[in-house]
Amino acid sequence: MNHVVCIAYVPDTDTKIKVGASGTSIDEAGVKWIVSPYDEYALEAALRAKEAKGGTVTVLTYGPAAAETGLRDGLARGADEAVRIASEGVGEADSLAVATLLAAQIKTMKADVVWLGNKGVGTDAQLVVPMLGELLDLPHVTLVTELDWKDGSVVAHREIEGATEIVEAPLPVVIGAQKSKAEPRYASLKGIMAAKKKQIAVKKPADLGVDIASMSGANAAVVWTKLELPAARQAVKLVPADDPAKAAEELLRLLREEAKVL
Amino acid sequence: MSNVLVFIEQRDGKIRKASLEALTLGRTLAAKTSGALAAVVAGSGVAGLASEIAAYGAATVYVADAPELALYSSEGYTAALDAAVTAFAPSILLVSATMMGKDLAPRLAARRRASVLPDVIDLDAVAGRLVGQRPVYSGKARATVTPNANATLQIATPRPNVFAAAKADAPGAGAVETLSLGELRIRAKVVRVETAAAGELDVAEADKIVSGGRGIKGPENWPLLRGLCHELGAALGASRAAVDAGWIDHAYQVGQTGKVVSPSLYIACGISGAIQHLAGMGSSKVIVAINKDAEAPIFKVATYGIVGDLFQIVPALTEAAKKMKS
Ligand SMILES: Cc1cc2nc3c(=O)[nH]c(=O)nc-3n(C[C@H](O)[C@H](O)[C@H](O)COP(=O)(O)OP(=O)(O)OC[C@H]3O[C@@H](n4cnc5c(N)ncnc54)[C@H](O)[C@@H]3O)c2cc1C
Ligand SMILES: Nc1ncnc2c1ncn2[C@@H]1O[C@H](COP(=O)(O)O)[C@@H](O)[C@H]1O
Repeated sequence: MNHVVCIAYVPDTDTKIKVGASGTSIDEAGVKWIVSPYDEYALEAALRAKEAKGGTVTVLTYGPAAAETGLRDGLARGADEAVRIASEGVGEADSLAVATLLAAQIKTMKADVVWLGNKGVGTDAQLVVPMLGELLDLPHVTLVTELDWKDGSVVAHREIEGATEIVEAPLPVVIGAQKSKAEPRYASLKGIMAAKKKQIAVKKPADLGVDIASMSGANAAVVWTKLELPAARQAVKLVPADDPAKAAEELLRLLREEAKVL
Repeated sequence: MSNVLVFIEQRDGKIRKASLEALTLGRTLAAKTSGALAAVVAGSGVAGLASEIAAYGAATVYVADAPELALYSSEGYTAALDAAVTAFAPSILLVSATMMGKDLAPRLAARRRASVLPDVIDLDAVAGRLVGQRPVYSGKARATVTPNANATLQIATPRPNVFAAAKADAPGAGAVETLSLGELRIRAKVVRVETAAAGELDVAEADKIVSGGRGIKGPENWPLLRGLCHELGAALGASRAAVDAGWIDHAYQVGQTGKVVSPSLYIACGISGAIQHLAGMGSSKVIVAINKDAEAPIFKVATYGIVGDLFQIVPALTEAAKKMKS
């Protein structure tokens, strides 16, 4: 069984965010980059499936050369191959453009399961999984915490509001991984050494037959017109806690009379 | 003039509040641009919901009614939504950013080669063009987003619990239009639904949340928080530290790798307020922090705070809430 894992290389959630000179995106100077956390769960699930049932795992990203660090990390953890769709010279690509590029590459591969993170942290768009399913004309399942294998199909546990949906889908299928109990592994030293020797295939959008200029930058389906730091919240109002009963009554009074939420 | 179509989510024949919020928002946008307001609902035996939908101002209610639509499926519901888009040709489509909406809207968008303004907490139409705002980078920044000027179909998913739901002064006609979908191709099928413990409110839906973190010390102390939930009509939430310790299921987790919530009241008990936690609850209207460490970052975002031991404060709050009710 062949697995393709789509990896987004994103600013670390702990990193400091500054608005860039354009006023529409972040200032990338000093930003620490990581593989989006959900993508790590996706990769872990794919690696476990390969270990259990054989096959290959390919990690795939659309991004700048720096994103190859993320792909190398994937190789070091156990992926067999890596592909980068190069973003050099491309304007801001929105989710639809990213999904279009990923779909064009995946169509050239024999994928049984296409894994993604349920959302890419940072932009938190949560759009690519269903878009990719549609563009590949495959079924997709989002919010997947657990996956069981059947002959020719998968049974996914999908965590929704107040319930879990058990979804059965035939292969090939597109899966959006939610945090699961299968914690992502660390790369072993041996894995890291082996990954250094591996080739990363680099493709330009044009190699995939995608006219990216027609769907990025000013032509993107969605544009960010402004990025700003949120207004500072008002300073916290502290309720003295010397007497818990009094503190409790005072807090409830404030919630009822001042904040009007009770 | 922008005609507005709103997707109405129902489960077990009950309309979700988040959809009524989207419908109310749609009504405002339609009025602003002198456009018409329509809604679409999919399911099995759901035509009867039209009058409730009309009360919120919908002139037309597109209904996709089929046994195969009894349970949600991405493919089945995308077909229904797609048929309504063809029939009504809206320039604006709103789908509330629930788990269903976030699954459905992007699939439809890709089919139409459109995109989505996802999970917006503010939405306006300026000269017929949507302009939305959304928190990004774990709430450390806010982006203003807009569809391409040439977009013929503009789609947005408003975040639940952020926009008000209100009936229209004068109800809409609510004329029912039945959608014929032809043969449905549904490959990914829900075969079973496992519901959470009876009577438990889900954090993603709740208007009030009491959340516990590592500070509660162990799973044996959830009843303390549940008692307060009970008095306030709140749902129980948890930090990742509490989930990773195995004290409670991931379904309760709030934050970057849990649920994004926007209640009117969020009470954080023994939670330090890490950025990944704030990413999930930073858009709450009122935040209360109960933490014994005055330096905990949660106090930087809290509206009200009590620096103290939660094992003293929470029972006192439960007691006071009980008193307040009687
Ligand atoms: C990629 C990534 C994703 C993440 N996603 C999430 C997420 O979705 N949700 C999430 O919550 N976290 C997430 N985290 C983890 C996050 O960084 C924090 O580790 C976590 O939120 C800490 O949980 P906590 O506040 O319960 O624990 P701690 O940080 O240990 O805080 C416990 C707090 O309890 C207080 N306390 C202790 N005893 C008492 C008492 N008796 N009375 C009152 N106060 C007391 C302490 O003063 C302290 O502030 C993520 C991290 C990463 C790296
Ligand atoms: N540039 C990218 N390259 C590869 N995969 C991506 C990229 N952007 C998003 N994805 C995948 O799509 C998932 C959802 O992202 P999003 O829809 O942006 O929240 C991510 O977790 C990744 O698996």
